[in-house]
Amino acid sequence: MKKAITMEVNGASCQVDVEPWRTLLEVVREELDLTGAKLGCDIQVCGACTLLVDGKPVSACSVLAVDADGRRVTTVEGLADGDRLHPLQQAFMKHGALQCGYCTSGFLLTAKAMLDENPRPDDEQIKSYMGGSFCRCGCYQEIMQAIRSVAQA
Amino acid sequence: MAISERPLSAQDGQRLDYQAKLTGRAAYLADMKMPGVCEGAVLRSPVAHAWVRYVDASEALKVPGVVAVYTKHDVVQGTGIEPYYGPVFKDQTIVAVDKVRHVGDPVAAVAAETREAAEEAANLIVVEYEDLPPVMDVRDSVKEDAVLVHETVRIPEHGFADLAELKPIENTNVCTHFKLRKGDIEQGFAECAHVFEDTFILPTTQHVALEPHGCVAAFQPDGRVNLWSTTQNPFVVRTQLANIFKMPVSKIRIMVPYLGGGYGSKVYPKIEPLTMALAQKARRPVRILLSREEVFYTVTKHAAFIRMKTGVKADGTFHAREAEVFLDTGAFAEIGPRVAKKSAYTAAGPYKFKHVKIDAKSVYTNKPPAGAFRGFGVSQSAWASESQTDIIAKALGRDPYELRMQNIYDEGDEFVTGEKLWSIGVKDCLEKVAKEMKWGEPPEAPADPSKVRGKGLAALIKATITPSISCAAIKLNEDGSVNVFTSTVEMGQGSDTAMAAIVADTLGISLDQVSVLGVDTDVVPYDLTTSSSRSTFHMGKALELASLDLCEQLRRFVSEEHGVPFDETRMEGGKVLFRENALDIREVLFNHFGMQGGTLVGRGEVKTSTVDPETGDKTTSSFWFVGAGGSEVEIDKDTGRLRVLKHATAVDVGRVITPLGCQQQLVGGAITGMGQALFEQMVWDNGILVNPNLVDYVLPALGDMPDEITPIPVEVPHKNGPFGAKGIGETSLIPVAPSIANAVDDAVDVRIKDLPVTAERIFLGMLDKS
Repeated sequence: MKKAITMEVNGASCQVDVEPWRTLLEVVREELDLTGAKLGCDIQVCGACTLLVDGKPVSACSVLAVDADGRRVTTVEGLADGDRLHPLQQAFMKHGALQCGYCTSGFLLTAKAMLDENPRPDDEQIKSYMGGSFCRCGCYQEIMQAIRSVAQA
Repeated sequence: MAISERPLSAQDGQRLDYQAKLTGRAAYLADMKMPGVCEGAVLRSPVAHAWVRYVDASEALKVPGVVAVYTKHDVVQGTGIEPYYGPVFKDQTIVAVDKVRHVGDPVAAVAAETREAAEEAANLIVVEYEDLPPVMDVRDSVKEDAVLVHETVRIPEHGFADLAELKPIENTNVCTHFKLRKGDIEQGFAECAHVFEDTFILPTTQHVALEPHGCVAAFQPDGRVNLWSTTQNPFVVRTQLANIFKMPVSKIRIMVPYLGGGYGSKVYPKIEPLTMALAQKARRPVRILLSREEVFYTVTKHAAFIRMKTGVKADGTFHAREAEVFLDTGAFAEIGPRVAKKSAYTAAGPYKFKHVKIDAKSVYTNKPPAGAFRGFGVSQSAWASESQTDIIAKALGRDPYELRMQNIYDEGDEFVTGEKLWSIGVKDCLEKVAKEMKWGEPPEAPADPSKVRGKGLAALIKATITPSISCAAIKLNEDGSVNVFTSTVEMGQGSDTAMAAIVADTLGISLDQVSVLGVDTDVVPYDLTTSSSRSTFHMGKALELASLDLCEQLRRFVSEEHGVPFDETRMEGGKVLFRENALDIREVLFNHFGMQGGTLVGRGEVKTSTVDPETGDKTTSSFWFVGAGGSEVEIDKDTGRLRVLKHATAVDVGRVITPLGCQQQLVGGAITGMGQALFEQMVWDNGILVNPNLVDYVLPALGDMPDEITPIPVEVPHKNGPFGAKGIGETSLIPVAPSIANAVDDAVDVRIKDLPVTAERIFLGMLDKS
């Protein structure tokens, strides 16, 4: 039994038929071929699956796709403007805020949501907001520098 | 111009993998689509130790969508496969045959059209277990009457060269006993004014690479098989699969996409044998993607129990060191014997002891198999050694920095094995860390009077895998651009960029002319492994040699074509120079082939040996990792809560190849070390793992970081490294935990000997004192 849902994904409207038990992460990755968001822990702790729904970060591993019906979804693939990288992507590149890259999509989207809410966060606010994402390669210092540089720009 | 002074092309910090990774377009294993693929699910043991009496899969086969079920009957009566495998000892089977040996041990697997059907079917497989008492602690496991984890252990005919002398001790759980001896330990202690004895404990931890393990296997109509796998050493996995499935390695093709982190968790066979077996039986491509919980059952870091006894002369000279290192290797040997060996080499730390007696044992228990983990046995022995160094300093009323400097290795000093140590800037590292930490000055007084601060140091020496092999090839195209063929796996460490930079610099071309092909064992030459922090040194050198091979070919063409003696040609800045002429690579190729086209192939190989080819001296390690770390901590006197304020890490990198990659490895390793020092531990209750998830297994997050982690690369070039470079991946992790424990003791006079260093342990320690 599938249900038709309509989402605005990275600015484009799309309709998909999904089983009601499918997670948003599964649908975005498998039906829409947007694989930037990753499955890491499957229990909304690690942040690798983070997507923005109506601009707010959610753990897409634990959100049902049907609950995103009629909503606006942003994935990492939607951050750049054509060939021009988003300022956060540029800053991550400049400061070396990634190694293996598995957490990167989640960090970028969470940081975007934070800066959209509060364009001038201080260090404590950044640490608190970004606390739901893990980087196992240990790029926290560079991530902090990258986010700060965008926040202060 | 000396080679180590040459300009390096990757100085501006670019990385070849960033564009793809930042835009979500980098393909990892789970991102790949394959037509007709079945999803695999694994049934795992719910008990830690039991005989497997009966397995019945008949109900599973009735689930709609199920294509194949794989059980012990397939291993035993299967299609002519060799049931036993393992990188050191053949103690693993594709699924449990006689016994299950840990919770999570694979018992059966199902391939089905969907993951849901596979999981449903796996749960319908009936297994009858006859429980055995589990052994969950190395101290119990080495007792004479301990239950045996393995009744017999099979030894492979052709094992690793460096482990040939290591054998399991029959009728015990001791999987390896490696002995290191120097001088006469009893005499050594007798000559000492002070003798110190302590025991140290480290818990089992897990790498938690954010990308779980996965594998896709697809047999071809001609009997060949293609695998895509999250592996750090595809050639070792290929050998193991060839042995199990009795196929020539030429028919097994392993491709490795970008890895979402490795840290040692993805070396040696993991899920590959089962995926391939299932694909063979299903006659369909099969994909197995492990869940986070399954990853915890797949590989861990060795827990350790370490007894350390040290004799010191009245003037503080380190004289005698005895250590017993018990490493919990879990249910299978995996690479545990080598972990024990490496742990032993450095249990005397980077210090000049005259008398040494080290016994390192890897011991079977009924925990998931322990394997390689960034630091490879050395973070265990260094925890003991560097903690005890401060215990000694305190007892003798000596400054821990001065005491270390008095005893630390210098260039040309004799190592515990009797060989001389070269290119070891450990003194320099310690000095620079001490300076960065403002050693000798008291910590700044905290504003809050309920808090107190302290500082601590630690230093280390570590070996890399020796002997080993790295082969490489590069292809020069008609336009002068280059394709690099290397089996070094890009798992985040920035190896693609470092390798491309070495090729670009050697040929004198710009980095944007160089492309690195992904890993594909059908195409790229052999490399032993992307681990042991060996890639820059070994593969980097092989690529430097391959580039020089190309240079020589180009010069030869010019020499022949223009009638110039070969010796009067040279290559510089991407041009072949002779007399007053300078020819582009492209021109040389055009002249040689007579048209725009053709390919030149350069090849390079590095094989290291336990004997120095020039001097005939013994070489335990083709180069040595040395470094030092310093921590400043702040502790809440009321609760024991600890915060690391600052950490500095100095690593002798030989020569920086890519400055950004170097910084990331030094700081990243230190952050992994903080997780090990402060939070991480796998916890068991009656043989059951209590916390195989990321809620209960605590990882360091952004907010746990110190305000500052300072990376200090120290450059003491190595004669055999490319541009003098050495490996850097593991060094900075190792001193973190002991430097923090030493800082805790400095702050509150509490000595923590068991990791992790938690608020509770500090609080209880302070309570004991008051």
